[in-house]
Amino acid sequence: MIISLFFYLFSFIIVSCAVMVISSRNPVHSVLFLILAFFNSGALFVMLGAEFLAMMLVIVYVGAVAVLFLFVVMMLNINYSQIKDGFQKYYPIGSLIGLILFIEIILMINGDNVLVSQKDSLTNNVPNTHQIGAILYTDYIYIFQISGLILLVAMVGAITLTLRDRPGVKKQNIIDQNARKVSDVITIVKVKKNET
Amino acid sequence: MDLTFITTNNSILIVLVSLLKILIVLLPLLLFVAYLTLAERRIIGFMQLRKGPNVVGIFGLLQPWADALKLLSKETILPTGSSKIVFVIAPMLTFILSMVAWSVIPFSETFVISDINVGILYLFAISSLGVYGVIMAGWASNSKYAFLGALRSAAQMVSYEVSIGFVIVSVLLCVGSLNLGDIIEAQRNLWFAIPLFPMFIVFFISTLAETNRAPFDLPEGESELVAGYMVEYSSMSFALFFLGEYANMILMSAMTSVLFLGGWLPLFDIAPFNYIPGPIWLMLKISLCLFVFLWVRATTPRYRYDQLMRLGWKVFLPFSLFWLVLTAGFLVYTGNTPNLY
Repeated sequence: MIISLFFYLFSFIIVSCAVMVISSRNPVHSVLFLILAFFNSGALFVMLGAEFLAMMLVIVYVGAVAVLFLFVVMMLNINYSQIKDGFQKYYPIGSLIGLILFIEIILMINGDNVLVSQKDSLTNNVPNTHQIGAILYTDYIYIFQISGLILLVAMVGAITLTLRDRPGVKKQNIIDQNARKVSDVITIVKVKKNET
Repeated sequence: MDLTFITTNNSILIVLVSLLKILIVLLPLLLFVAYLTLAERRIIGFMQLRKGPNVVGIFGLLQPWADALKLLSKETILPTGSSKIVFVIAPMLTFILSMVAWSVIPFSETFVISDINVGILYLFAISSLGVYGVIMAGWASNSKYAFLGALRSAAQMVSYEVSIGFVIVSVLLCVGSLNLGDIIEAQRNLWFAIPLFPMFIVFFISTLAETNRAPFDLPEGESELVAGYMVEYSSMSFALFFLGEYANMILMSAMTSVLFLGGWLPLFDIAPFNYIPGPIWLMLKISLCLFVFLWVRATTPRYRYDQLMRLGWKVFLPFSLFWLVLTAGFLVYTGNTPNLY
């Protein structure tokens, strides 16, 4: 009884946060609600017994991704009325995507070939960190490595897009500084007396 | 201290026992925080050949209470143009996060509030959430000083979390479990501070950056940003930030003790040492780490921001990655990889 009570509490918070994300006027508030939604989905994972996934969700999404979101949203100068103007245009495509996701969820619930059945994952006593590790690094190692490579390519791409070599910028180069010797920079000149 | 003998299915009793455990942990923790502020002022005073606060009570022992009373009696100010709700939530968030993390820290072989499988990940997650208190405070204040402080802090904490993550992974490689009790148990013969000494140093410096302490206290940098993200705060909301910051320092020291200094394990497992109970050992180790925190603050100048980023990304990240691979290679080569099943 208590478990289902908590489930409905967390789900209610997630759904209401999700509504607030798209309905709140201030984009920073939207991101904060998004973070709350992430956090509560972590709580749902804990209730499923998937504590590793829950912690990863919090560390990766809340601890890193959402911080950068917040960072960007705070720095941007967003014109709210401009965003609101074109909002109706996106109703058809938005509702189409929503419908597809909804159908997918119904298929998942009713279908028999759900990837991992709940019984398998929860009955034995091996911690699910070990279970995930045992599957991810053996059966799915290539897929795992490829996804890592894709992320690497994305990162390199983002850096090349933003890296500019501007002339005339003074930078501290630690190696140069440490490699400097007294003889390179100071020359001792003997000044003779009484000569001009 | 041993409360595990009460094993029952009565859910009300379980809740009561948990509440009791929480009180047993939190009350001494808050006292510890209060006296840490005094210790900081006294120790830094002595290091700078001053006396520090020594007037209120003997050795200034009543100074924290005087400070608390002073802060309580001040007026709470909500700046105009600030985002009120976020402004009020931010200090609470900082304080709460610094408290909830203590639920997984083991104080002795049997005494831990919540003995979960993924304890170290939980600690990592909670400490990475700490940045929100700062960002929210900086943004909600609607002040340029506070905002700049918050931006600095966010970038700094995200950067140093990466190397903390690698350090944690290399400790986990030696243990084979994410449970904090198991991590301590694995150090019974040798504390990880010895074989993983470079990682210990990297971790300690990263915790300095993660808690925004000197020499990485740029978010507060009083010479350029007045007080950074807490410029606009007064009264109790300021006190909550203050308590949260010091509780975070203690938490990070506890993490260092658990990961590298053997947690509640005695220095040597022989007669005079193992009479001292585990919680006392943990407290001694935490105090040692905290002393180094204060020592660093009294002796080092503040880093420049580009130097801070360089240290995080160009020195610590490659170094900890290298040492992680080295540790893994060594464990595989000598056949010492932890047995999981």
